[in-house]
Amino acid sequence: MAAHLKKRVYEEFSKVVQVTHEEAPAKKLRLSKPSKSAALHVDLCKASSSTDALQYLLTFSRKPVEAESVEGVVRILLEHYYKETDSSVRLKIASLLGLLSKTPGFSPDCIVDDAINTLSSESKKHLDSFTSGNLSDSSFGVRTKCLQLLGCLGLLEAPLAAMRDVQSIISDYFGDQDPRVRTAALKAMLQLHERGMKIHQIIYDQACRLLSDDYEQVRSAAVQMVWVLSQLYPESIVPIPSSNEEIRLVDDAFGKISHMVSDGSWMVRVQAAKTLGSMLQVSPHFLEQTLDKKLMSDLRRKRTAHERAKELFASGEFSSGRKWADDAPKEKLDTNTVNLIASGACGAFVHGLEDEMFEVRNAAVEALCQLARSSPSFAEKCLDFLVDMFNDEIEEVRLQSIHVLRQISTHITLREDQLDTVLAVLEDSSRDIREALHELLCFTNVSTKECIQLALLELLKNLNKYPTDRSSVWKCLKFLGSRHPTLVLPLVPELLSTHPYFDTPEPDMDDPAYIAVLVLVFNAATSCPTMPALFSDHTFRHYAYLRDSLSHLVPPLRVRTDLFLQQSLNRVSTIQNLEAAGAPELLDLTIRDLQRLGELQTELAGAADFCATFLRCQLLLMKALQEKLWNISVPLILKQNITVTAVLDESYKLEFLYSGLENRQVATIHHVRLQAKALQLILAARTRHGLDSLISSCEKFLQDVESFQRLFLTELPHLQDSFVEKLLELLPRLSSCKPVEQVKILQTTLRQSGLLQLRLPEQIHRATATIIEPTGESDNPLRFTSGLVVALDIDATLEHVQDPQNSVKVQVLYPDGQSHVIHPKPADFRKPGPNRHRLITQVYLSHTAWTEPSQIEVRLLLAYSSSCSSRLGWTDAMDSLHPAEGTVEGTIPFSKHVKVFIMPKPARR
Amino acid sequence: NMPEINVTPLGAGQDVGRSCILVSIGGKNIMLDCGMHMGYNDDRRFPDFSYITQNGRLTDFLDCVIISHFHLDHCGALPYMSEMVGYDGPIYMTHPTKAICPILLEDFRKITVDKKGETNFFTSQMIKDCMKKVVPLNLHQTVQVDDELEIKAYYAGHVLGAAMVHIKVGSESVVYTVSVNKYAKSHISAWIDKCRPDILISESTYATTIRDSKRCRERDFLKKVHETIERGGKVLIPVFALGRAQELCILLETFWERMNLKAPIYFSTGLTEKANHYYKLFITWTNQKIRKTFVQRNMFEFKHIKAFDRSYADNPGPMVVFATPGMLHAGQSLQIFKKWAGNEKNMVIMPGYCVQGTIGHKILNGQRKLEMEGRATLDVKLQVEYMSFSAHADAKGIMQLIRMAEPRNMLLVHGEAVKMEFLKGKIEQEFSIDCYMPANGETATVTTNPSVPVDISLNLLKREMALGGPLPDPKKPRTMHGTLIMKENSLKLVSSEQALKELGLNEHQLRFTCRVQLQDPHSDPDTLHRIYTHLKSVLKGYTIQHLPDGTVMVESIVIKVSSSAEDTNAKVLLLSWSYQGGEYFFTALCIVKRLMYQ
Repeated sequence: MAAHLKKRVYEEFSKVVQVTHEEAPAKKLRLSKPSKSAALHVDLCKASSSTDALQYLLTFSRKPVEAESVEGVVRILLEHYYKETDSSVRLKIASLLGLLSKTPGFSPDCIVDDAINTLSSESKKHLDSFTSGNLSDSSFGVRTKCLQLLGCLGLLEAPLAAMRDVQSIISDYFGDQDPRVRTAALKAMLQLHERGMKIHQIIYDQACRLLSDDYEQVRSAAVQMVWVLSQLYPESIVPIPSSNEEIRLVDDAFGKISHMVSDGSWMVRVQAAKTLGSMLQVSPHFLEQTLDKKLMSDLRRKRTAHERAKELFASGEFSSGRKWADDAPKEKLDTNTVNLIASGACGAFVHGLEDEMFEVRNAAVEALCQLARSSPSFAEKCLDFLVDMFNDEIEEVRLQSIHVLRQISTHITLREDQLDTVLAVLEDSSRDIREALHELLCFTNVSTKECIQLALLELLKNLNKYPTDRSSVWKCLKFLGSRHPTLVLPLVPELLSTHPYFDTPEPDMDDPAYIAVLVLVFNAATSCPTMPALFSDHTFRHYAYLRDSLSHLVPPLRVRTDLFLQQSLNRVSTIQNLEAAGAPELLDLTIRDLQRLGELQTELAGAADFCATFLRCQLLLMKALQEKLWNISVPLILKQNITVTAVLDESYKLEFLYSGLENRQVATIHHVRLQAKALQLILAARTRHGLDSLISSCEKFLQDVESFQRLFLTELPHLQDSFVEKLLELLPRLSSCKPVEQVKILQTTLRQSGLLQLRLPEQIHRATATIIEPTGESDNPLRFTSGLVVALDIDATLEHVQDPQNSVKVQVLYPDGQSHVIHPKPADFRKPGPNRHRLITQVYLSHTAWTEPSQIEVRLLLAYSSSCSSRLGWTDAMDSLHPAEGTVEGTIPFSKHVKVFIMPKPARR
Repeated sequence: NMPEINVTPLGAGQDVGRSCILVSIGGKNIMLDCGMHMGYNDDRRFPDFSYITQNGRLTDFLDCVIISHFHLDHCGALPYMSEMVGYDGPIYMTHPTKAICPILLEDFRKITVDKKGETNFFTSQMIKDCMKKVVPLNLHQTVQVDDELEIKAYYAGHVLGAAMVHIKVGSESVVYTVSVNKYAKSHISAWIDKCRPDILISESTYATTIRDSKRCRERDFLKKVHETIERGGKVLIPVFALGRAQELCILLETFWERMNLKAPIYFSTGLTEKANHYYKLFITWTNQKIRKTFVQRNMFEFKHIKAFDRSYADNPGPMVVFATPGMLHAGQSLQIFKKWAGNEKNMVIMPGYCVQGTIGHKILNGQRKLEMEGRATLDVKLQVEYMSFSAHADAKGIMQLIRMAEPRNMLLVHGEAVKMEFLKGKIEQEFSIDCYMPANGETATVTTNPSVPVDISLNLLKREMALGGPLPDPKKPRTMHGTLIMKENSLKLVSSEQALKELGLNEHQLRFTCRVQLQDPHSDPDTLHRIYTHLKSVLKGYTIQHLPDGTVMVESIVIKVSSSAEDTNAKVLLLSWSYQGGEYFFTALCIVKRLMYQ
């Protein structure tokens, strides 16, 4: 029976008690109503045997407990704990207490608070003696739970002299006979640390002893504990046993944790390897030992493959391993100096990186990265090891090490033999790996011109083998060129195959490989003025062509264009008000210029587009306000209505499609929107005859004006002479007069107001998306049975999109006007570089049967949340009033349409 | 007379090959491995079983035989021992070893009997009969050989199915391991729990070597193959059928997959094919990568590697061929080598050591013209590469293992004496444990310190618990009273009452008396009363009684006062106490004395 009972307890143990809660009320009405605690109390008193009591507790634990009654329940449980003799019931109570203290809405300190404030000091002892009484329970489960409780509730402030310090109570159980209790003790200590208690340094020695515990979970927790202490007391001095030397505590801890990298259990190894990465205060001397490995063969020291590679490189030889026994051992070793088992930090990473479990290797790579980022000299040293990891058998590890190398690439320069190994990975069949490597090469420094040649050669090979990598390879060469202009210079004649005397045939302009070479050369030429002299005529022609067609990859060679943008804007600023003569033409021209500039100058594209869109809004408004249009009959006003919607749409684009906007620009955008809304109101006044609807629209507009004022109070001084300023002056008059008059006032204000100056922010980027796949060129329809689904692979790059997981959606438009919006999974987004995302996903299409194949359209939408716009004071009622054709509410299409042929066939019977 | 564990190598003691170690532990005799020596063709190739018994069968002297892995130097003498010398007891080995072992034995028999024409050798039938005596082991499964002897197998890496064995009799235990492969990432890996055996017996073949990471070597190998294939050349890799061949197959297979290569890879049929089949079956015995991939497909279900046919050697275009044997001394690998040797685009990669005199050894030493049979010469134009892939533990691996298992003693076998000496020194220095390296026929004796289990009666334990709180302080030992009964080979700790009852003895009371002379002018009853009141005031919490018969009882101590007839002032204090009451007595005595001398 007892065994059965115990079993029941453990079953219950693993069950999560569903404690639903209500918001904790402001004041506590303690036990004022017949609450759970009272019922429990009655139950427990009734219980004649421990079995009964347990039964009551079990049923109790299944029921929800209101937050307000938790306190009472806790006290009753504590009381019963004393009366109870059966250990299984005590265990249950202890675990219930632990659970209750985690009840949301019930502050975990409440029990302690209780003890200190509400109840007498007796209750404080209550808790302490409760736990310490429990701690000597013979069942490990009770002890474990109690330690957990101590960790969660232990007093943070200095205890009274009479009472023992909670830390020393817990540390007593570091030597418990049960490994589970030892683990719980360590965890409780860590919990105390997390709650902000400063752990005493004496714990360090005890924790270190636990590093050699027999049980892995203890060792794992001990590693954490040692780490915590090393972060708390990095500079304390600890003695080295068996010698009279002393070292810093952080170094000592580093050595000890390094030792755990060769532990028997892989979980501990992972933990240790991860931990090493965050010990940045360690001395460089110790750090470098982690990469130390001495090889020996028959007691002679052997050079490692790394050393051999380095020597070969230094001596200028290229062949390796051709000779029999070129790895033959050299010097004779003194047997006394050979350390077989690495002590201290020796070779920790060498072991970690060669571990058989990829989890450990991954953790080691990660740790290497963190350490290398903070220490350039270490980065240099660990290079060989990281490069080796490029050939790991598990793809995750390979990918991870490539990413890591990219992160530390600022510190390092690759040697030729290392580059060779790196480049070999370009042939990997995994696209992720290849693209990560391209990204890495973008940031890599190489040392010689041979390296450049090698890299180019391998990249061209890659291009040849995987033509889909085209854009990635070109981009990579762009950076390679602009980083190493002087190394590219001597290679130019060879690369362009020019000859001093003879004209060489003109290469094919459509050859991706040739374009790749040109991208490298042109980018190098930007910072190397002597280079263009080496070009032949056709190279210049090709330059002109590429500059136009691949302007994001080919930089301008001499002209400076960034001033141009500002000049255009200045030109526009001369327009005084919206009705000035010649203004539309000037705006038209400027918009065209800006658009072209955006295409040519990738770095200015965002700003140029932004300005162009803004000016287009102004232009549209200007046209809509032209005198003669106001005389036409009512039905023709429809055209102007469309204009208004267009301006509104554009204004949303301005606000949400661009990143890097400052408050001032946002105010300007909202101003444009306000103007559009005023126009809308005027138009409504002309078309609608119902006065009621006009009144409500007027009120709404006034609200809009007010919220604008509220939001951009700080910006108002910059908006001088603008529509809104005039409007605010007239506001008292506006709100008092009749709607018809209001409209009249608005109309004149609108027409008199000047053009608002646009000031450009520092950095502005437009969110863009390019669908790479489907290409839209396929003539083969995707056939599937109607009613079933077909998966369409979508591959797109997104630039400058914040939080794409939530904002990017895929829209599918069917020929019958149906449209679906699909939200891709968060895992489908990869982040190959800063401000860049890649979406590789599948969308499922389905439709009823068609008679012949037809095209559907796929595009990406950027959703902006309505909460965001309402926060700014705009209701989305405006959007829903005029849903523009083809747009989904609250979304902006930001990629081109791609057409896909599909053919749902009727199901065969 | 302390219990001992005796270890006697019959082979592999300060020597390489012919592994055979006798262990007697707790009255059980166990033979670890039963290998043969490749270097001899006479009687010396098998261990000297006459050491165990001059005539008659071995069954009476051995409790079991354990085979660690399928290499012939560890199992080659098995049919000879079981069928020709005679042994009918159980032979333990892991499932993969049991599967592969007979293939190798049969192959070995064919070469010895059919090719070399030896007689007096075991037959195919004997191999089969021998295999019938095998009991397969699962990893981490504890097998009871008999009531006392139990064995448990762990992964050992090295080759497929290789195992470390934990042998346990009572509280004494021995761990035997082959070359554990922890360091170099082979496709198999080793782990053991902290079992703290009395002796750890380990191989020490590469005792003086610490090797570079395998990754560098693998990368070199793959790079060379890749370059040759890209040039359009052919690559020949001579291998032996088992172990390394599969390792390299997996390596190339994954590389092909990774790099999206198309050139065909072949392996020669026959033994390798069979072996691959077993690797396919025992996929769970392999490493993480291979096991992980198994979710999609069995790695040994090769995608790029196909069986070789003689005619393929003349096919144009690049290819990679694995062919047996490994030293290019005969067979398919030599035939292919002859065909391809003339083209400098081709390459041969020797993945292992080559014995002197073989073509493999010659070309590795740079010989470019070979004399073939019939006075023909062969120009070697192809490139020759050497790659060492060996699955033996290096010194660090052994040290790791010691750290993991924490043995009390270490014993080295299967290695050269000089190298062993070095490792022995290191082990003694690092771990301060004794290390032995017995030669063949020499016995290493280790005395053990067995713990003696004692049954304790539950009542006694409960009583003690009740005395000193619910739980003893884990840091302090506690003494308890009880009686130890040794009866019929078992030890029991019981309370003294129960012991008396069980042994049918009467309880004897032991009382001590003591006289104290003192001067006191009061009368006898007065003196007694003074003592009584004083004791009562000092000893609080003790039962003190003044009995009507003129005695005072302090717990079990009796105090009486009498005066001598001649001098009424000279009082004699009579104290009497039982054996159990001894501890109170001295307190009481001191108090009384202090009172009287006031």
